[in-house]
This record gives sequence, C-alpha cells and structure tokens, in this order.
Amino acid sequence: MTTTKAPARERTQATGLTGAIKGRLQQLLAFASLIVIYAFFSIVSPFFFSYGNFIAILFSTVVIGTLAIGTTFVIISAGIDLSVGTGMALCAVMSGVFMVNMDLPLALGVPLAVLFGGLMGLVNGINVAILRIPPFIATLAMMLVAEGLALVLSHSTPIYFSDVPGYTDLSTGNLIPNVPNAVLILLVVAIIAGVLLTKSVLGRYTYSIGSNEEATALSGIDVRKWKIAIYAFAGLFTGLAGVMISARLGSAQPATGMGYELQAIAAVVIGGTSLSGGKGSIIGTLIGALIISVLNNGLQIMSIPQEWQNVILGGVILVAVYTDRIRKREA
Amino acid sequence: MTGVVTMTEPLLEVEGVDKSFPGVRALHDMRLDLGSGEVLALVGENGAGKSTLMKLLSGIHKADAGHFKLGGKPYEPTNPRQALELGISIIHQEFNLVPHLTVAQNIFIGREPRRGRLLLDERKLNDNTARLLDALGLPLDPRAIVGELTVANQQMVEIAKALSYEPRVLIMDEPTAALNDAEVDTLHELIRRFVKPGTGVIYISHRMEEIKRIADRVTVIRDGEYIDTLDVATANTSEIIALMVGRAINTDARPQGVRDDREVVLSVEGLGTKDLLTDVSFDLRRGEILGFAGLMGAGRTEVARALVGADKADAGTITLHGKRIRVATPADAARLGIGYLSEDRKRYGLLLDQDVKTNIALSALRDQFTVGGFVRDRALRTKAGEFVGTLSIKTPSLDQTAKNLSGGNQQKVVIAKWLAKDCDVLIFDEPTRGIDVGAKEEIYQLLNELAGQGKSIIMISSELPEILRMSHRVVVMSEGRVTRVLAAAEATQENIMHFATLRPDENPADAAELGLIAEEGIQA
Repeated sequence: MTTTKAPARERTQATGLTGAIKGRLQQLLAFASLIVIYAFFSIVSPFFFSYGNFIAILFSTVVIGTLAIGTTFVIISAGIDLSVGTGMALCAVMSGVFMVNMDLPLALGVPLAVLFGGLMGLVNGINVAILRIPPFIATLAMMLVAEGLALVLSHSTPIYFSDVPGYTDLSTGNLIPNVPNAVLILLVVAIIAGVLLTKSVLGRYTYSIGSNEEATALSGIDVRKWKIAIYAFAGLFTGLAGVMISARLGSAQPATGMGYELQAIAAVVIGGTSLSGGKGSIIGTLIGALIISVLNNGLQIMSIPQEWQNVILGGVILVAVYTDRIRKREA
Repeated sequence: MTGVVTMTEPLLEVEGVDKSFPGVRALHDMRLDLGSGEVLALVGENGAGKSTLMKLLSGIHKADAGHFKLGGKPYEPTNPRQALELGISIIHQEFNLVPHLTVAQNIFIGREPRRGRLLLDERKLNDNTARLLDALGLPLDPRAIVGELTVANQQMVEIAKALSYEPRVLIMDEPTAALNDAEVDTLHELIRRFVKPGTGVIYISHRMEEIKRIADRVTVIRDGEYIDTLDVATANTSEIIALMVGRAINTDARPQGVRDDREVVLSVEGLGTKDLLTDVSFDLRRGEILGFAGLMGAGRTEVARALVGADKADAGTITLHGKRIRVATPADAARLGIGYLSEDRKRYGLLLDQDVKTNIALSALRDQFTVGGFVRDRALRTKAGEFVGTLSIKTPSLDQTAKNLSGGNQQKVVIAKWLAKDCDVLIFDEPTRGIDVGAKEEIYQLLNELAGQGKSIIMISSELPEILRMSHRVVVMSEGRVTRVLAAAEATQENIMHFATLRPDENPADAAELGLIAEEGIQA
C-alpha cells in the first residue's frame, strides 16, 4: 500500500538526441579533461608539446589501454577483475615458455600466449558464474595464483626474447612510418572491442547483465554462460598485454604485473564506466588510459617525483567519479 | 476468550487518522480502540491499510491528521525507539532479527548490559535473557544462534524481544503465518498470560478460526477506512468476510469462461518446493485467463517462479502441449515459450538503464535479431517499433531509457519483450501494480486481446476486483496449496476470500454455508 505510482514525467525527460548527448556527457567531460591537461602541460613545459612526445604518450598507453579494454567488459557486466596485472606477467612468461623454452614460431607462440590469458579468464568466469564466488574474491585468488605461477615457471628470472626474431618488432617496429606497431595494435583491438561491445550479442548481454542480472536471467538468457564468456574474452586482452609488455622490454619480467590491474580499473572508471555495471564504453576507457599516460608523462617532464604522480592520479580518480555522481544526481 | 473487557477508557485510541503517500491515500478517518485487558483482532484485505497503521503506531511514519491516545494521553512517537519507550511493541511480519547473533544478543540489541562504558557484560546479558525466557515459559537457549533456530523459534525470539520492553500494547502482524498448530497454541498461551488489566494486544491475522479462539473483538478495515467492530463471540466468519470485501463490483464486464473443449496448453501436477508449495495442480487452456488469488505469502509468485525455473521445484510434473517438459532455468522456459512478467518490474523485468528497443529485443535477441553473433540493429529497431505501435507504448523514441517511462508503459515494454519471443504462455504477476487507472484499463484490454489471439495467460493478482473482472477461472491459494479452483460463476469476493483464508488442512467449509455465500455473491 506504500507502493506509489511512478510520476509520469517522461515528457519532461530528455528525449532522443539530447538523451544521447547526455549519455555521452561523461565521455565528453573526460575528453575535455584530457584536452585541458594536455594543454596545461604544453604551456608549463617547453618539452611536452611535440610529435615525438605525443607518440611516446601513446606508446606508454598500450599496456594499460589493452588491459583496460578487457576490464571494461568485466566492469560493465557489474564484475571486477583483479587478476589482469599479474595475469599479464604470467602471460608474458608463457610467451617466453612457448617461444624461448619450447622454440615455437612467432605465429604460433603469440596466439598461444594470448589464448592462455583467455584460459585464465575462463577459469575466473567459471569461478564467478558456476561456483558463485564473488568476482572480487575469485579474481583476487587468480591474481595470487598468477603471480606465483609466473615466478615458478620463470624460476624468478626474466626470460629474454633475443633469440626470437621479430618479437620486439611487435611493439617497436614501424609498419606505418613513425608509428610504433604497439600503438597500431592498441588501435586495432580497441576498434574490434568497441564494435563487439556495441554490435555483438556478447556486448549486448554484457550491458544487460550489468544493468540487471536477475531480469536478464528471467528474460531467458543463460547468464552463467555469458558471464564465463565475458571473463574469458577479457582474459584475451590480459594475454595480449602480456605479449605487448614483453615485446616492448624484450623480456618477460615475472614480477612486474602487480598494480597494473588497479591502473586498468582507474582508466575504466575515469572513462565513465560505472562500477555498478550497465554503463560504459571503449572510447571512454581509451580516454581514461590516455589521461593517466598524459599525467605520468607530463609530471615526469616537469620532474615531479613518481610518488607525487600517484597522489595526483588518486586525486584525478576521485574528481572523475565525483563529477559522474553529481551528473547522475542532476539527471 | 481472555479476561473481561473493562468498559472504562480505552487503552489505545486511534481517531480520525489520515495518511497519504504520493498518489495514494493509504488511510482515511481511521478509527480503532483497544480496551484494557483486551485482545483485538484487526482484519482487512491486502492493501486495506493495516501495515500503514502499524507504521504510524511504531513511529516510522507520521500521520497527516487525527490523533492517537495511549492510556488517555496523546501518543506521538517520532521513531520506533520512542514507540517502544512509550509502551507499544510491534512484531512485524518480517522478522527483525540479526541471524548471526545469539538469542540474548538479539533480544537486548541496542541496550546491552555493560561493564564500565565500553565492555559488554555478556554474562549478565545471558542471565537476564534466561530469566526473561523462563518467565515466558519459552524453552530457548540464550546462547543459541538465531539463524540456526527454526522459524517458529525465531518467532518466539521476536515475541520475547517485544515483551522484554514490558509494553502496554503488543501488536502482532500475522504472527502465526509460519507456525504449526502446536506452536500456535504456545503463542496463544503466551498472549493469554500477557493480557491483563492495563495491557492489550492487537492481533492481525487472516485466520478466522484463530481469531475466534484468541480475540475478544474484531475490527474490520477496508480501503484504508474503518468499517466495523464486532464481538467475536457473536460474529460469524462469513459476516466478517463480507465486511472485509464489502464493495460492489461491476459484473457486466466479467468473462464467461472458456469452453472446456479448448485444448489444455499447460498442465501442472503436484508441484512442490522445499520452502512453501505443496501439491499444486491446475490446467491452463488455450485462450484462457486463469486468475491466481490468495493473500500475501500464499505462494502464488512462487508457483510462477517454479514454473519458469527461477526457483527450483522439488516435486511435480509440468506438461506443455501434451509433452512433459523439464524447466531448470528461465532460459528453458523462454525456449519453450513460457514468459514470466514479474510483479517487481524494476527489479526483475526491465533493464532500467537501457533503452526501449534493447528491452523489447532482449529475450528474442539471438533468435531473431542477430546474424553471426552480431546484432541486426535495423531489424531490431523495425520490430521494436512495431510493438511500440501495436501496444501503443507511449515513448518519445525507441532510444528512450526504460526508467523514464511511466509504470504502464514499462509494463507494456515487458509484454512486448515476451511477445517478440513468441510466447504462448504468459504469466502476469500483479500486472497492474503501480499503474494508474487509465493505463490499467489498457492493460486489461491487452490481456483480453492476447487471450483472444489464443495466448494462455496466468494472472496473479492481489486485487479481487481485478481477478473477478479478468479471470475465466480462479485458482485460490492459501499457505502454499491450492485450496480451490473456482469457475467464473462461482468466483465471488466472498468465495475467494473464504478459500484464501482457509488453512489448507482444515476441512473445506460445509457446503451449505459456502452455497449461501456463493448465492449472495452472485446477487450482489
């Protein structure tokens, strides 16, 4: 009897086009912030604004960006994946195991390393969807497992790819003059992921599950199956990030993954994806990742110590999420 | 019967109380008086205003007008704590217990004995509790974890907690819903011991037989208004039920029922779940609207959820178009063409943050709107547009977010979702809840049209007028069982209420009385 009728206010609400613009506001805001930050550094530092530095910023975005794209899917489905950082290190090690230890050719070793990431994601998905372990816990466990396995398999020493011809070219080669391949790869996978998120069944169900898992299940969709698919798909990006980081360094560093998962989550959140699920975009995530890179790069150029860079990044996350809250309250 | 009702000033007096919520008038000119030493039963249909009255008495809400008096003094609690201090304890239908804490910790929550300022005195807590439980004659261990107790014992903990405040007035909302006969006896014994001059009990229940055993008088309320108060000793059950349902219903629009030779589409036999349902059986015919009536908690929604695999059924068989089917998940049900439209659209029906077209296409997405794993946006948009047209969904565009639609239009979006999926069997759970009057009419028309097109519809509703107006037949449930399936001609408010308040293990009322009720109902 306390159930009250929802006031019929649809006519006063945003419609069609304006609604679409409102929906993009967070992205526009993030993009505007990116421009502002970029402009700021360009003014305060004479070394910041150059083509070389622009490419350097893009190049340094590749690893975080790749991880963040996978994480975007998981977070839109109202999940979380803490295992992408150490998972990436494990995939880098696996890349070494396949191509250095087992001597597999590049064309086989790279896909296998990427698929290994997918396998980790699959396990995450099964733990979350079938065993019903909360995503935070399931992927926390996977984070520790991956960290440990990376050290065990590599005997805690870096694996060098000097004998794998063409491996470092994956990152630093120039298929297009003056553009590192890594940047190209990030761009390509971002486009693929963006299309899948907006146009494919997987993407549609990712939003549905994140919006309302129970309603989605009651609509006759096998939510468990699709959750597993989402985590497994996200895992592919962990695998790819493992390849990209080891190609950049020319070696697989087993102990370097920890912390990347939080950077990835930060990029996703700054990009306007809601941690409660149902909302978000790949373009937003890319902007989020770029903001982080620009900040790191600019602050570094201004000789601000690494410790302070993190303080500032933390502040940026708070501001980004807070503006999102205000916007929602006003909507 | 307990004690003698003293005809002095009432212990608790409610006079002229109004309470409105946005869009709903919950109480109007409500009256009630509880005598000293009395057990007063309070009865009314779902939505009659009982819960609102409880919320006012416990200080959760504030009345818009009118006043309360306790022992002759104005009684105006502003929060539940104050209500307790002033002497009114309320036991709500849903337990307010912390399952991980012990019996003692629950009873004295918020007023734990302490040693010094910071430390809890666990021993004193348990001693106090043991003394209280002894006095009440309850064989409970103060150290037992509440979550591990049976429901009946949890109910006893609630009562012990309520009585530990030494209230003057004890209010119980459906206290026996989860109790068996022996446990009900224990509860009644407790009530009798509690009631003495200077105290009183308001006993909310649907069970007439219990009311006759424990109460002195019964107050009937309906649609938020006071109707009448009767002496239990002289009132009979059908008189009370007639007062409860009271209103006349326009019978012109009532359906005549579908012919028996129509194909049985869905047949449910002996459906049971661990928690509630026992031996639920019924047939649903092609083109039929089968109403499901019953009081809150009778198990109607549970039947629907078990049918579509949202909850696990432990017993029973389901036959669809003559073939036995197994429904383990809602995905199975959707594939077989059984769609469930929840009473809680926002929680179970819609993706509130997604747009209209996405919601409409959700169930049928993979069958109809994809090629090679990619969504065919144009086909989807076209189809969604058709549904918006045929169901006259009022939305500025297909891209409108579902949460911005009115309740009636949200409901239509959910209906469109299942029509897009080509469902033959549609289960509507409270199809017009939270929908304004005009839109209700449209939903009714839509249901009739769907039935006319040969869809088979199960309609769960707590509103008797809705059940009577729409249903070809009415399945009446009580406490997890089907107590009767009524043909359209037999379905009257009185008959439905009679079977809805029946304890399933009671003998169905003798035929003479029932016949009488039925006849009166038809004339009314």
